[in-house]
Amino acid sequence: MATADFEPRIIGFLCNWCSYAGADLAGVARLQYPPNVRIIRVMCSGRVDPQFVFKALAEGADGVLVAGCHPGDCHYADGNYKTMRRFHLMKKVLAQLGVEEERVRLEWISAAEANLFARIMQEFTEELRRLGPFKPGRKLAAGGEG
Amino acid sequence: MGKLKIASYWAAACGGCDVAILDIHEKIVDVANIADIVFWPVATDFKEKDVEGYPDGYIDVTLFHGAIRNSENEHYAQLLRRKSKVLVAFGSCSMMGGIPGLANFKSRDGILSRVYLESPSTQNREGVLPQTRVEVPEGELELPYFYEDVKTLADVVDVDYFMPGCPPAPHQIWAVLQVIASGNLPPKGAVVGASDKSLCDECPRVKTEKKVKKFYRPHEIIPDPEKCLLEQGIVCMGPVTRGGCGAQCTRANMPCRGCYGPLDGVVDQGAKFVSTLASIVDADTPEEAEEIIGKIVDPAGTFYRFGLPGSLLRRARNA
Repeated sequence: MATADFEPRIIGFLCNWCSYAGADLAGVARLQYPPNVRIIRVMCSGRVDPQFVFKALAEGADGVLVAGCHPGDCHYADGNYKTMRRFHLMKKVLAQLGVEEERVRLEWISAAEANLFARIMQEFTEELRRLGPFKPGRKLAAGGEG
Repeated sequence: MGKLKIASYWAAACGGCDVAILDIHEKIVDVANIADIVFWPVATDFKEKDVEGYPDGYIDVTLFHGAIRNSENEHYAQLLRRKSKVLVAFGSCSMMGGIPGLANFKSRDGILSRVYLESPSTQNREGVLPQTRVEVPEGELELPYFYEDVKTLADVVDVDYFMPGCPPAPHQIWAVLQVIASGNLPPKGAVVGASDKSLCDECPRVKTEKKVKKFYRPHEIIPDPEKCLLEQGIVCMGPVTRGGCGAQCTRANMPCRGCYGPLDGVVDQGAKFVSTLASIVDADTPEEAEEIIGKIVDPAGTFYRFGLPGSLLRRARNA
């Protein structure tokens, strides 16, 4: 399924307090990572309604990243624990719907872990490139943006 | 103005919606006083050619039940859309895909093969599968084409109103018929015959704090009749399901199965329920969460029991 010129589209839901700051630091530090992710900042990874993930996939994303503070570090005390529990159930539902496990990822990225963010984006992009588009045959907008 | 002209049709449905209409009991006589039934295959003897003979827009209201499973269903949807001023997607199947929509977990080939070749009660040595056309000595016979996906009514035609329920509750059917008779119609696209609050709002059970260590299937536990079923670990879709049915299931000690569909502002009832259910899991480590959640059998089939074709992802991939 994978093609050489396939550029996966990734939607990244990053929490305001840790992961978004981590991604920001990656930019400030001029770390190199693939430009395939479109970042959406949310106040907490616990704010990521599973509908957001489903909608992203339904509307053209090839992969979705949800990232939040490490367990114990949540700005709202336990938002990321909710995310973790929700994620387990969501993965089970997605698996039954035939969505490959690798397409949806949950990561804990702190505000200092710019390197980790860059590495995850690298890995995730490569993984999705191997898997191919989520909707085979779907026409991608020119330039990959859209 | 003469009497209202109403029609009722079943596509991919079980017939329960028709029975629900009859469940308004003696009021059906009142319906006959205000309206002429011009097409209702389950109860009257009008044929397709009668409907084709009506001028466009002749029927005032059509209650269309059932999902769109094959080309005949779609043909009737288009015919009745053309002939009707108001088209109501009546019942969960028509609105969201319903129980027949669970077929979207499988592919067309898989379904045909299971039904016509593999099932233990099938004898089909020649491996005959349904064909859309077949020659017999008497001439050519035609069968509808079985689609790859189950679709909702709104996927194939423009729908004016949506009335959920499997089946819609008779008191709601009566209320909707009265509104139709009054001519005071709600805005197009409205969900009618239902509440805009969740089922929990009308469920009489006592609700306290929800923290669940273990989930049960309905047959594995005798539930306390007073206490919230979800708090007892029974997967109840009440929090994400539109009310209006009178909480018939939870009053009978059975969990809500979600037939009234999502609430306003929710697109995907199943995804929303993932959020609800996971939030009440009482676990602090990934391992514990995994263990508790692992006890939920067939989550996708349960959370999308009535609405897979109308959900965001619509079907399972590569099935």
